[in-house]
Formats: sequence, structure tokens, C-alpha cells
Amino acid sequence: MTHLLSIADLGREGIEEVLRVAEAFAEVGSRPVRKVPTLRGRAIATLFFEDSTRTRLSFETAAKRLSADVLSFSAASSSVKKGESVRDTVETIEAMGMDALVVRHASAGVPVQVSRWVKRCKVVNGGDGWHEHPTQALLDCFTVCQARGAIGGLRVLVVGDVRHSRVARSQVLAYSALGASVTLVAPSSLLPPSLEGWPVEVADDLDAALPEADVVSLLRLQAERGSGAFVPSLREYTARYGLTARRAALLAPGALVTHPGPMIRGVEIASDVADLPQALVTRQVANGVAVRMAVLFLLLGGAM
Amino acid sequence: MSRALLLRGAEVVDAAGRRRADVVVADGVVRAVGPDVAGAAPARARVLDASGCVLAPGLVDLHAHLRQPGAEESETVETGGRAAALGGYSAVVAMPNTDPPVDCAAVAREVLALGKRSPVEVAVAGAITVGRAGERLAPMGELAALGVRLFTDDGAGVQDGAVMRRALDYARGLGVTLAQHCEDARLAGQGAMHEGAWSSRLGLPGVPAAAEEAMVARDVALARLTGGRLHFLHLSTAGSVELVRRAKAEGLLVTAEVAPHHLVLTDAACAGYDPTFKVSPPLREDEDLVRLRAGLEDGTIDAIATDHAPHAPEAKDLPFDEAPPGMLGLETALAVALSVLGLERALACLSWRPAAIAGLAPRHGGPVAEGAEANLCVIDPSATWTVDPARLASRSRNTPYAGWTLTGRVRHTIVAGDAVVVDGELVR
Repeated sequence: MTHLLSIADLGREGIEEVLRVAEAFAEVGSRPVRKVPTLRGRAIATLFFEDSTRTRLSFETAAKRLSADVLSFSAASSSVKKGESVRDTVETIEAMGMDALVVRHASAGVPVQVSRWVKRCKVVNGGDGWHEHPTQALLDCFTVCQARGAIGGLRVLVVGDVRHSRVARSQVLAYSALGASVTLVAPSSLLPPSLEGWPVEVADDLDAALPEADVVSLLRLQAERGSGAFVPSLREYTARYGLTARRAALLAPGALVTHPGPMIRGVEIASDVADLPQALVTRQVANGVAVRMAVLFLLLGGAM
Repeated sequence: MSRALLLRGAEVVDAAGRRRADVVVADGVVRAVGPDVAGAAPARARVLDASGCVLAPGLVDLHAHLRQPGAEESETVETGGRAAALGGYSAVVAMPNTDPPVDCAAVAREVLALGKRSPVEVAVAGAITVGRAGERLAPMGELAALGVRLFTDDGAGVQDGAVMRRALDYARGLGVTLAQHCEDARLAGQGAMHEGAWSSRLGLPGVPAAAEEAMVARDVALARLTGGRLHFLHLSTAGSVELVRRAKAEGLLVTAEVAPHHLVLTDAACAGYDPTFKVSPPLREDEDLVRLRAGLEDGTIDAIATDHAPHAPEAKDLPFDEAPPGMLGLETALAVALSVLGLERALACLSWRPAAIAGLAPRHGGPVAEGAEANLCVIDPSATWTVDPARLASRSRNTPYAGWTLTGRVRHTIVAGDAVVVDGELVR
């Protein structure tokens, strides 16, 4: 693996390899000393040009468990505020001797651009605009795999603001590469303008789709990015697409609910549904560390 | 007084047709044209070899952003003029979206004065509204008195239909043409590329074709209402071509241009998030490209205009959605046009038709005939060359054709009787 910019860089075999390696690293999190020396002497920088709590902490925890040195950069407290360009920032940080950069940016494609600017660093996409969030999709697959044994043949619903969701774009690629069938359920105003080439079905009626689903992936309505204007009201959105307690009762036994967080309880997911055992939200967070360890290891450490 | 010229061995191609002829230029005008006119050349005339070449009226660009005043780090009237001369142009129309914009006589005079030091003739387009803000009419009469014949708020369209209607009414009395950048700003939103399969996959906000077509349709209705003369800048969609075709069939006074990049590049070029391929209007789809070419073939689209839009590297090397739109065009337009059109149609679209729209005919674009002002280009239509951004005369490097091998190269350019490009090199 040169960089991880998109799930498309991995393909089925690459995804399966990440999941296998993550399985081995998951155990590290339950040891009394949660650390392995695998990446000792390596340096990893997290470059977050957009705010994030869980993804940054997860990557930094993963790097530290691998004994890598971690340099943390956030745009809010940096020379970006003084007008330094992304390119100069990246070149400056690489010059400090980094081996990998985890990049998050509000603009789609920045990690792809960064991969052209670096000389020898590996680049990991930590989420770029509406484009992709590959490690999120990998940890979703890992979590579902853990609960169901395999992904192939599962029916996955991706529900909500697909249009503005980098998680959805990565999930569609990852789940379909692993042999699941993916159905997008969303108000048509929150679907991407074109789904040409997407390996998905589209449904409008969540009630009708739920009983058939093995996995329900809920997406946040990104109100801070103006997604609110794409539906008449949050109330109507919740009435048609929220996973309410009534709808949760339509789920087949064994069906799973995932959410990339942060959850807006009462909008896309009812509070009591979020706390049901088949809602895997906290397990996703725990697995996120193992999956990101696997990604950093495969990028920097070679084969196991 | 510039030295007399004898252009030998060319095939002359102009609006009057094709014929084998030598051309003698002296005192700024064509002195003789014919198969055996070498004897008419003054004794000390400079002989320029044009064998195997096409000699045509100089090209005329309706749409060049020369960036001066205000953004001299990306281009100046002089560097843009040098790029134009190398591209075979004898005249360019400088767009008014400078800083300050060309919305008053003082700025127009400044750009015209700068143009005197450019190797090509620089005509100036004026803004339709003050500050290009789309609200109050710019002093079009004052600008027209300086020779301004085209008015545009290019960079943006005039959003308010009532303002555009008043501008068309006012311009009609002056006998000038309004040129519209057709884009409904609300529909375009924050769009960074064409809205379609690629934008959806790349997660970039898109500009739907409808954002352009909605304004073309509105302005066709306004041209009908006012009887005004309207030119559509850089049309990019199949739907726009159809709207203009119908407007022309109706007899409305509309003309249209297309940019070279919209004839050969599609939104797939944005797949690597390289802002070099970000342009406004955006690169569209295969079907649009096919219909734009057909529009040139059947005359629905009158002209190919470069929309030459230089940006300094540091301004362009940003996240895709933050980078400014625009790409270079002056040095590559002819070869790109020749890749999609036959020679005569390409020259019509690059020379005499745009010259007429710009109000520069027949001094530019007119037939190569005795007594005509000598604005000429000599093209080797079979010469191949590879585009190297570092070797362009423009001050900027944002060409979308880096590494492309193109066919068709300018050998000589003559402006007002002066050889400004000889054997593919600038003389000054």
C-alpha cells in the first residue's frame, strides 16, 4: 500500500488484509500494557485542517499503541491561521522527518493532492469533504464482521444524508467490494446528483426496507453544512427516516445498527434505540483503534 | 517605419476562399497578393518563408483575461500580448474583470495605453454594471466613446433580469454588444466542477448544466423583448447550443462562442483533484462536447474564444474547491481548434467571425487583399509540438495541455505590418 486515499485503493483483497491485521491488533487493547513496539522510531503526524474529536484521538491512540512518535497538528492553532497554504504546511511537516501523515480537510481531494506533494511520506485520508473516510468504512466492516462472521451476502442499508457524506461513499465501496448488497435510503434531495456507476439500490421507504436488512448504517444529517435546507424540517426528516423505537421493532433478529458518530439523538436515531445491544456504536469506536493500527502498520511496517 | 515583408510560398486562406499566393506587406498594409508578386516587394524587404504554410488573417480573441490592473503576478497586458502573438493572434479583447474593473473611462484608458506596448492590438471590453456588482449600469456611453464595443460582467452573469433588460435597452441605442457569462449564481452555488457522475463520486459540489441554460433561456427572452445585440460567452452545454440555435432561427441578434477546452476536455479530467482543470463554466460531459462541436460546424456557435485565464501557481495550488477557476488558452487555441475542425472552419471561428463580433472587422479578420491593414498569421498546419508549461510566454503556467502533443503551429504573426513573431519566436 502506498497511501490510503480511497477504499478503491484497497480492493477486496486489501480490505480483507486490513481486517485480518486489525483482528490481531484488537487483542492488544485488552492487555494490561496496551502497547507493542512495532513502529518504534517511526513518526506519524495527524494533520487536521478540520475539527474532529474521535478520528484524531483514534489515530493518535493507534499510533501510540504501535509505539510510534505522534505529532499533532490542528489548523486552529497553527500558521494556517497566518495564511500558510496547505501545501507549505505539508512540506514543512514532512521536512521534520515524518513517515506518515493522516490528513483531514473540509475540501474533497486534499489527501489526494497531499499525496502528490509529499516526497516519501505515506498519506492516510482521515476524511475529506464529502469524498471519503476510508478508515471509518473499514472499522464498520470490521465491526459487522466481528458480529456476523462475514460481510458477503449481507443486506446493508445506508440511511440518511448520503449526498454530503464521506462515510457513505467509503461504505458503499467497502461493503460492495466484500460482497454485500447496499441500498441507499434517503430523501431524494439528499442523494448524490448522479449514482451512475454506484453499486447500489435506492429506496425511499425505510419501513419497507428495514425488515430485510442485516445492517442499518445511519448517517448524521449534517445540519452544520446546510443539509437542513434539503428537507422541510428535522421533524419531517425524523418522521420519514429516523430510526425510532417503532422502526427498530421492524428489524430482523440479529440485525445490526451502526453509526459513525457523532450521533444526534432524537434526529436520525432515537435515544433508546442508540442504547440497544444491536447498536454497535461504542464497539465501532473501540474497533476503530485496532483498524487504524492495522492501516498504519501495513503502510509503514510491511507484511506481518 | 517597419521593414517591408515578402511572405513567400503560402496558401492564403480567408473568408474569400483559398489560393496559392505570395504576399507583400509595406507601410502597415498589404501591398500585393498573388502568385507572382515578388517583383512588387521593395528592394530591402525581409523575406519570410511560408512554404507549406497557410497564410490567414490574424486570429482575434474575444475573451482574454490579461489581469492588469490588479493581478500582475499572474499576467500583464504585455505578457498576455506576447502569448497572443505566439498563438497567431493579431488582436485580443481584454476582459474587464480586473481590479479595479473596467467600469469607467479612466481604467479603460489605462488598459488601452498598456496595450500600445503589447505586440498585438488590445481592445477592451467594459463592464455592464458598476463594480460588476450587477446593480447599476456602468457608463457605457463614456466607454463606447473610447471605442469599447463589447460589455460584460464576465466572471459572473448579470443575475437580476431587470438590470439586464435595462442594459440591453441602453446598449441598443449605443450600437454596442452585451456579452453574458451565463450562470445563475444561486443554482451554481458553491459548485467547483460540473454536476454529474464525476462530481457525485468525487464528493465535490457541482454546477448543474441548468445553471447555465436557465440564464441563456432568460437572456434569449430578453433579446427578443429588447431587440438588443447579445453575445453568449463560453457556452458549455448541449442545452445551451439548442437554445441559441432556436434563437438564431427566430432572427434574434445573438452570437455565441465556445472555449477550446470545452471542445476537448470533460469532467473526467477532474478525477485527480488537480485545480488546473477547474474552470468556469466547468468541463462538462462527452455529449456536451459533441454538441458544441456540432454547433460550430452548423454555425450556431460563431466563434472559438480562449477564456485565457492565468493564475499564479500559488493561487492555483489550493484545495480544489478553494482554487480559482480558469486555464490558459492563447498559445494553444489554434492547435486545439485544428484538432476538432477543418482548417477553413477553424480559421473562420478564430479570426473573421470573432473580429466581426468584436467590432474589429475588417481591419482584423478581413480578406487578405491589396490595401488591407496587414494583420496576418502564417500557420504550419502539420507541425507537431509538445506543450511545456515552462516554455509558455504567459506569466502563468496553468495550461490543461501540459505534455500534450498538438498539431498545428504558428510560424509568423504580423500585426499592423510588423512581424512580431518570426519562425515561432517573438521578435521583441
